[in-house]
Amino acid sequence: MTAIGQSDRRFAPKHRGSGMERSLKIWGIIFLSPWIIGFFAFTFLPMVASLLFSFTDFNLLRPNDVQFIGWANYNRLFSDPQVAAASGATLRYALVALPVAIFAPIGMAALLNSHNLVLRRVYTTLFYMPYMVPVVSAVFIWQGFLNPQSGWLNQFLASIGITGPDWINSVDWIYPALVLISLWATGNAMLPTLAGMQGVPTELYEAAKVDGANAWVRFRRITFPMISPVIFYNLILTVIGLFRYFDIPYILGRGQGNPGGATNLYNVYIYRNAFTYQDMGYASTLAWVLFVVAMIVTLILFVSARFWVYYGGERN
Amino acid sequence: MAATAIPAKTTVVQHTSPVLSQYVRKFLVKASFTLFASILLLVFLSPFGYMVATGLKNQQQISNGFLLPMSPIEYEYNGARYPLYNVPDNETGAIHQWALVTRGREESTFIDPANPEAGEIVWQGRWRTLDPVIRFDPQWGNFIEVWQGLNFPRVFLNTLVVAVFGMIGTLVSSIAVAYGFARFPIPGKNILFMILISTIVLPTFVTLVPTYTFFARIGWTGTWLPLIVPHFFANAYNVFLLRQFFMKIPREQDEAAMVDGATPLQILVRVIVPQALPVIIAVSINHFVFAWNDYFNPLIYLLGSPELWPISVAVQQYNYAFGTKPYLVQATSLLALALPVVIFFFAQKAYMRGVVITGVDK
Repeated sequence: MTAIGQSDRRFAPKHRGSGMERSLKIWGIIFLSPWIIGFFAFTFLPMVASLLFSFTDFNLLRPNDVQFIGWANYNRLFSDPQVAAASGATLRYALVALPVAIFAPIGMAALLNSHNLVLRRVYTTLFYMPYMVPVVSAVFIWQGFLNPQSGWLNQFLASIGITGPDWINSVDWIYPALVLISLWATGNAMLPTLAGMQGVPTELYEAAKVDGANAWVRFRRITFPMISPVIFYNLILTVIGLFRYFDIPYILGRGQGNPGGATNLYNVYIYRNAFTYQDMGYASTLAWVLFVVAMIVTLILFVSARFWVYYGGERN
Repeated sequence: MAATAIPAKTTVVQHTSPVLSQYVRKFLVKASFTLFASILLLVFLSPFGYMVATGLKNQQQISNGFLLPMSPIEYEYNGARYPLYNVPDNETGAIHQWALVTRGREESTFIDPANPEAGEIVWQGRWRTLDPVIRFDPQWGNFIEVWQGLNFPRVFLNTLVVAVFGMIGTLVSSIAVAYGFARFPIPGKNILFMILISTIVLPTFVTLVPTYTFFARIGWTGTWLPLIVPHFFANAYNVFLLRQFFMKIPREQDEAAMVDGATPLQILVRVIVPQALPVIIAVSINHFVFAWNDYFNPLIYLLGSPELWPISVAVQQYNYAFGTKPYLVQATSLLALALPVVIFFFAQKAYMRGVVITGVDK
């Protein structure tokens, strides 16, 4: 967060005139203009528009007949059993996925940061690599890998005497299956975590060793506080990812919510309303409610950061 | 005090052995730790193995129980083909490779390919307990089939057009915006930067419906434009990454160029960009891979135009249609991931540094 504050106060040396300053200001605004225009065109105005849409019955099947219907979409949302089901499914998935998304990168980074590992760079590259696999490929690879008959995972489980579940077609096992797929993207959160661990001064560990701290205490009292900003960053990205989670459950559930509505997550439901039923008014309502929830959650996380994220002295 | 002499001697021995045992211990710790990491890595990457192996199989090879694409070796006898088995001789125990002609519960008849004139041999035992004689038999034809089925050259070209034009757009705009944020005294700059960064947190759908409606209204759905044009208006991640890098370039160089009469645009092109090439490469790869992988936007804007599909949607649609042929599904998955993974291995240093800068500085 410090990076935002450390901007230039003085570009031009003091002896230069205010004409220079003004011309630089104009140049600066010219350079920013692509983003400013883009922000209005693709973020701000669409947000305002979708807020307006949410109070209408705008449907693309009859685009010229749009009525303001007040809070009707919101009333519908709060009594829509599909919204309750989709929110419940999303929450259940999030409860399985979030802890894994936080701890897997830490574990992987700790492994790759160990001095006992030979060829650390090679291992880091290979553990990162699955992140590069396109989401479409990843879904189909895992779908086959988790197949109860021909998939390798259940074949392996069978060889040690365990009957594996029918991952993709079971309401109970689909969320673990989704988590397994998302595990392949762990590398992207692992890299900054690893860099954070490598940045911890070794004197801290040596001093702790002299004081008789064991490995767990050293991790808990030194590593964790020192890398807490990265963990916070990963947490924020994970939560944002959950609020955007769509591709994998959509492809895996064939857009139908298979099995038994378990992949009919909140975003899949918005997509169905917008692009299957073309009901843009209700889809906007669903999107805005999600946006408000996302903002509240993000805000809570940023407030909580004060209590557990450590920004070291030299960083400020 | 003879005892004192012995300890004096043993200390010499003890002095060398702990060093040696420490060395051995260190080596053992490293070896076992690395072995542990290798097993984890093997498990982590095993779906790749499944994909490659299955992509090279046919339907029989998928159900025959071998991990790799294996086929039984057959022997032709009297116009029919019979599979070879490793048959232990009832008397000597020696293993013969015989072809199974008639199957029975307790005894079966075989033919010896080395000596077919001897006729059928009756063997006592259950043929189901025998190991078949197999050979490695990959089905390279699968890849030809999906290459043609997907119309891969067409799909590849579509993806390339979308990725390259979007890359140009995001590079030009993000470099300009990052330069603006890094170097110029703009009023309210910090607030603007905060707004820029906070756009990362927005859920996709909150802006999507009006954007889609707008693109539909101006007739851009069913074209590549919605996948390319928005990238000409900068992207928060790229701006952040480039700005971090630009701020580390010493200002004295800009000022020297300015004294020589260079305009800010000339400074950007001649001073900043040449020094920021590593991060510019990282941003380029990042966008290329993003565009290659992007499934959501093509799904929304191009679903009705199969001739424009990039690889993501083309592979998904193909695999939905051929879901009953797992070998084709895995072969297309391999085709779709080959290029991003190869690019990653060639440019991993620049790419991974970009990920680290974004994660650690923020």
